[in-house]
Amino acid sequence: MRSIIKDGQVTQDGWQVLRADAEGQYPAVAADVDVIIPLALWLADKAAWQARVGQTAVWLAPDEDPQLLAADLASLPLVAVDFPAFTDGRGYSLGRLLRERYNYAGELRALGDVWVDLLHYLWQVGFNAFEIKDGKDLGGALSGYDTFTERYQSTHREPVPLFRRRVTSL
Amino acid sequence: MYRYDEVDHRIVRERVEQFRDQTQRFLSGELAEDEFRPLRLMNGLYVQRHAPMLRVAVPYGHLASRQLRKLAHIARKYDKNYAHFTTRQNIQFNWPELARVPDILAELAEVEMHAIQTSGNCVRNTTTDAFAGVAQDEMLDPRAYCEIIRQWSTLHPEFAFLPRKFKIAVSGSVEDRAATQVHDIGLHVVRNDAGEVGFKVIVGGGLGRTPIVGEVVKQFLPTRHLLTYLDAVLRVYNRFGRRDNKYKARIKILVKAMTVEGFAAKVEDEWLHLQDGPSTLRDADVAHYASYFTDPAYDLLPSNPPELVEKQAAEPAFARWLERNTRPHKQAGYRSVVLSLKKTGVPPGDITAEQMDAAADWADRFGYGELRVAHEQNLILPDVRERDLYEIWQLAKSQGFATPNVGLLTDIICCPGGDFCSLANARSIPVAEAIQTRFDNLDYLFDLGEIDCNFSGCMNACGHHHIGNIGILGVDKNGEEWYQITLGGSQGSHTTIGKVIGPSFAQADVPLAFEKIMTVYLEQRTDGERFIETVRRIGLDPFKERVYAKHH
Repeated sequence: MRSIIKDGQVTQDGWQVLRADAEGQYPAVAADVDVIIPLALWLADKAAWQARVGQTAVWLAPDEDPQLLAADLASLPLVAVDFPAFTDGRGYSLGRLLRERYNYAGELRALGDVWVDLLHYLWQVGFNAFEIKDGKDLGGALSGYDTFTERYQSTHREPVPLFRRRVTSL
Repeated sequence: MYRYDEVDHRIVRERVEQFRDQTQRFLSGELAEDEFRPLRLMNGLYVQRHAPMLRVAVPYGHLASRQLRKLAHIARKYDKNYAHFTTRQNIQFNWPELARVPDILAELAEVEMHAIQTSGNCVRNTTTDAFAGVAQDEMLDPRAYCEIIRQWSTLHPEFAFLPRKFKIAVSGSVEDRAATQVHDIGLHVVRNDAGEVGFKVIVGGGLGRTPIVGEVVKQFLPTRHLLTYLDAVLRVYNRFGRRDNKYKARIKILVKAMTVEGFAAKVEDEWLHLQDGPSTLRDADVAHYASYFTDPAYDLLPSNPPELVEKQAAEPAFARWLERNTRPHKQAGYRSVVLSLKKTGVPPGDITAEQMDAAADWADRFGYGELRVAHEQNLILPDVRERDLYEIWQLAKSQGFATPNVGLLTDIICCPGGDFCSLANARSIPVAEAIQTRFDNLDYLFDLGEIDCNFSGCMNACGHHHIGNIGILGVDKNGEEWYQITLGGSQGSHTTIGKVIGPSFAQADVPLAFEKIMTVYLEQRTDGERFIETVRRIGLDPFKERVYAKHH
């Protein structure tokens, strides 16, 4: 179990993330654990993963196409996006695509180099769960939700952009 | 000009507090240098040779007099009494103390200014024609769209961490004075045959290591689709732009790799999903922003009043200044005045706190309290009555603003170079000064006529040397500073990338090379032919032969 931030709270979480080791091999996964697997493994053998006792979810690398997961989104218990470096912003577009184009409504989790300064943007584009990077202040990261109380753009959380709300309220 | 409402104020204040917290966490060791660097860059803060450098946004070059006074105050209180205007209409301070930067930002916020996204791999300050709204050749005023783009790009949650920096420029006049063809996105405000207003969209221009003139990806984009289309372009770039090599990470490289047709098709695909979504602009939305950019209450005045014509005839020095440093205005009886920041001996674009205060006072006294920053690194008083020009000229002279060289060879566009910038290969300021000194004779300078001279201290090309009619690039040869000269570049509606004339020069030899180039021009030019036209007509060879001729 580890602590993560989900829906605005620190919670205990039992999902394991399956990543390849230095040789590109995947460690064995016990049948009863809840695991988040790479997209390629999922696409290679969905049926086997679905037949497990434990739950199976999928994580996307930043260069992967969320469309490949579109047909499975309604049945997946969780989708994650990996941020190998916080400066790699591709995952923000993936978040919006999953929410806005493919209408994914379940848990969307940010993995990797994730900490307080990124939380606000991640939340706005549709992420609602955050595995805060080891060594970063987890409880403190909660303040990231409130960094900004308003924004200009249309986002997943507030689709009506500020300019429309401004003119309507005049 | 645009005025903040409560929400704009709140967003900037919250950004200041966020940055204050980030700075404190860095100073306390909680944030590592590698973590803080991208965060501080996104707020305009570089670490330079001597001290941090803070770049403050001047959105599309618009400044109110009270803002300029605040900048003067900051220069005095936190810096060494001066600041530097950049080639993207911003202003930068060279000597602030890191721990006091949050206080500077708080002071800026009081006058509706900030340093948001003036650096870093994000959407930078939107730039436009410095004469927008007052130019005689303007077809459509681009400023409402500039402000709409500024707000859209500010803290955009999806595009905070792009592969590389991203620059947007907008033009609404016949002559493109915003260098739109060398921006990541260039927008021309145009009207189609049906009379509808929209944009011609140019993508993939840029200078730096790989200078490329942008190409049109959409001939006519109706206004209402502006933001959804920008979202589509940025999303394609964010997802597919290269991140493995910073020198290949600009959108121009992606456009070349996909071909412009392939890129346009990909954007079109993406846009299909975004088109007519919530970011679609209604007429009322555009009207709301346009309402901030209405004309001031101009006086009804005759053109060329007698007090102007008489002084012009009586004082050749004034006539010369009038010709070079003022521009036609759409309103009869008015002109725009360019305050030259290119006096010989002063680093191009530098301005003292005293000059800022003086210019702010003139903007109030002779205009409507507004000024503009030109990407050529000069300051502009947009609305001056022609009858006041003589008085302005005398005041400008008293403050070192009246060098009558706007658009001439010594109006050098120049980056801060190796004296300040840690990226530079070579110093630019002393070489620019040596050139200005060499061409200090005004008769000679005027005879040479309009010449754009651009100077960059390294391949990053902040001085836009590729599009100078004559360009200089600082290069490093075994730890020594050398200078490469390019000819034939131009900005504007017919943007071209200049060509290198040959081996680079030692610092001391640059002015002589310039002189030889100018001699060839004077020998070869036909009646009324400008320097760039001669270069285009005769090619580079005659210049090369002269410059590299062996001594006998």
